[in-house]
Amino acid sequence: MSADQVLAEIKNLHTYFYLAEGVVRAVDGVDLTIKAGRTLGIVGESGCGKSITALSLMQLVPPPGKIEEGEITYYQTVHKTEAASTSNVIEITKLKPNSREMRAIRGNQISMVFQEPMAAMLPVRTVGAQIMEAIMLHQQVNKAEARERAIDILARVKLPNPDRIVDTYPFQLSGGMRQRAVIAMALSCNPNLLIADEPTTALDVTTEAQILDLMRALQAEFNMAIMYITHNLGVIAEMAQEVAVMYMGKVVEQTDVVSLFRNPQHPYTQALLRSIPQLDDVMARAGKKKRLETIRGMIPDPYSILPGCSFHPRCPQFMQGVCDQLAPEVVETEPGHTVRCHLYTSRSAKTRAN
Amino acid sequence: MLSYIIQRIIRAIPQLLLISILAFIIIQLPPGDIVTRQIERLQASGVTVSEAQAQALIRQYGMDRPMYQRYLLWISNIITKFDFGYSYTFEKPVAQVILERMGYTFAIALFAHIFTWTVAIPIGIYVAVKQYSLADYIVTLITFIGLAVPAFFLAMIIMYVALTKFGIRTGGLFSQEYMVQPWSWGKFVDLLKHMWLPIILLGTGGVAGTIRTMRAMMLDELRKQYVTVARAKGLSEFKVIVRYPARLAINPILSGVMWLLPWLFSGGIILEIVLNLQTAGPALYAALRNQDMYMAGAYILITGALTAISAILSDVLLAVSDPRIRFGGVEGA
Ligand SMILES: Nc1ncnc2c1ncn2[C@@H]1O[C@H](COP(=O)(O)OP(=O)(O)OP(=O)(O)O)[C@@H](O)[C@H]1O
Ligand code: SF4
Ligand SMILES: [Mg+2]
Repeated sequence: MSADQVLAEIKNLHTYFYLAEGVVRAVDGVDLTIKAGRTLGIVGESGCGKSITALSLMQLVPPPGKIEEGEITYYQTVHKTEAASTSNVIEITKLKPNSREMRAIRGNQISMVFQEPMAAMLPVRTVGAQIMEAIMLHQQVNKAEARERAIDILARVKLPNPDRIVDTYPFQLSGGMRQRAVIAMALSCNPNLLIADEPTTALDVTTEAQILDLMRALQAEFNMAIMYITHNLGVIAEMAQEVAVMYMGKVVEQTDVVSLFRNPQHPYTQALLRSIPQLDDVMARAGKKKRLETIRGMIPDPYSILPGCSFHPRCPQFMQGVCDQLAPEVVETEPGHTVRCHLYTSRSAKTRAN
Repeated sequence: MLSYIIQRIIRAIPQLLLISILAFIIIQLPPGDIVTRQIERLQASGVTVSEAQAQALIRQYGMDRPMYQRYLLWISNIITKFDFGYSYTFEKPVAQVILERMGYTFAIALFAHIFTWTVAIPIGIYVAVKQYSLADYIVTLITFIGLAVPAFFLAMIIMYVALTKFGIRTGGLFSQEYMVQPWSWGKFVDLLKHMWLPIILLGTGGVAGTIRTMRAMMLDELRKQYVTVARAKGLSEFKVIVRYPARLAINPILSGVMWLLPWLFSGGIILEIVLNLQTAGPALYAALRNQDMYMAGAYILITGALTAISAILSDVLLAVSDPRIRFGGVEGA
């Protein structure tokens, strides 16, 4: 498997919610590429459409939400022999959400870990029962074998006494243990893609660090891709190789993690980076008073359709007559570095005019 | 689990004690004592009561002794000999009146509840899953009407229609010819023929409320993250609903079993009278009206005891269904 093999591709995805108050364009033209065995980080403020993008990928958008437009393609590797394998192209957006084909992908090829470990399991069924369910669904094994595998996977997420944990109820575990159990549940069928939607937000920092370590170790062990959703750039720096920055339902910048931190190009990304503490800042603050910058202004209400760039009311580099008139297209500023901003389009426009 | 059940039973004992004291006090409430009233009654029916006979009655009922001793006599007779005293209305021992009717009461109550659940639970789940659909609106409308119309009124309409349009007599539990006969296959079939209507009518009374409860609980549970997690595993929508949210939404219904036993004694009385059933409820109601105080005392005591037993029953069912109760765990702890 080459490092750059594409596992899943999202093209021009639009997922809307039809509410009485109006239409919420939760995802409004997202393009993403997930490579096999790699981690794609998705970062952005609350409500920018990270979770809905992830749920769209599994066709699990809750009503009144609907995938309105776009294509999601999943490249399933089929191992013919040890050496040779072919790719099976699955058009996820062409499948019915509750069809057998779609359900065969969920939990098997693509699985998901959610933010709230306390709410991810049903309190009245044992941890083991909830893990075995997925195993028995996707693999031709009997109950005893499924139980063996459940215990094995619980051991691999480093839970102590997995043969006891398998019979406990979720409420008998601590938050950190429960998130490990939830990760075990997601990994039980050896998925090629794990979507992790803020899996550590509800945990304390020590537990968070342990879970992040665990996920990295498991990624190497299982050779799976991870789509890691967070609003924490520190976690992105630690986990991701590729990063997509989202703002109001659109990806505004996408590049590798080093370029993002060294050379952020979109004004929103720059503002995001200024809003997290840097070591120099902390040193500086010890001497004089310096406050962290916050991004000025509020996210506009989700029903509004802004003309031009959706970040323009808050952008420090706002250009009158351009940014509020014309929606910026995606520009590749450097190989593998794309930005959706007029600072780069208008520059090229100017060059063209000359 | 066993220790939980035992613990639960022990906790019910003081409750029962309190209920029995209350029942006894209520028996004593009407003006005049029981003996005076019985003598009056005997005299009214033309029997002359001599002073000696009166004294004997007083001793028999312990009227010459203080209140607490009378209570002890009453309650120990009930516990040791199942002797609830004598009913004037039925001219039989109270225990006999109740026993004769208890079987029917239980059978009807049980089947009525099973009817309620088999109808209401699937409908409640369905309309919650299809919230705001046409089916949801229709069911909601019907349940509101169902909640507003008293069951006995519905029973009267159905009896009227059955009689005038189909010539079916629907009152009572037996046909005329089987009323006084000993048990036989024919009598049993006759009973079944008469029982379905009260079962459906009594059961229907609970349907509307159970649908509302189930729907509300399901709507709460459907929003929870574990539902999405279950879908993300690849389970079919049916399995997701049945194994996850419905599994939790059913709990308040299980607690509702608490009212299963005492229900026909009180809740169903009007309906039973309308339907002319030989169950315990109407008999006890008649006793109350006639100041048949031993009968009334038995009524209060049995209703109370059944409530306590049902409460244990529903707690145990709930503990079986919900390990958080079994292990004394608290969500989020
Ligand atoms: N069930 C829903 N009904 C209506 N609107 C919804 C629903 N779920 C999400 N939305 C809308 O879609 C938009 C994107 O939501 P999403 O959950 O993807 O945000 P997010 O980026 O994951 O934010 P967070 O960091 O808070 O999780 C939001 O503006 C929200 O209002
Ligand atoms: S397009 Fe204009 S408003 Fe939008 S981010 Fe770029 S500079 Fe700012
Ligand atoms: Mg989210």
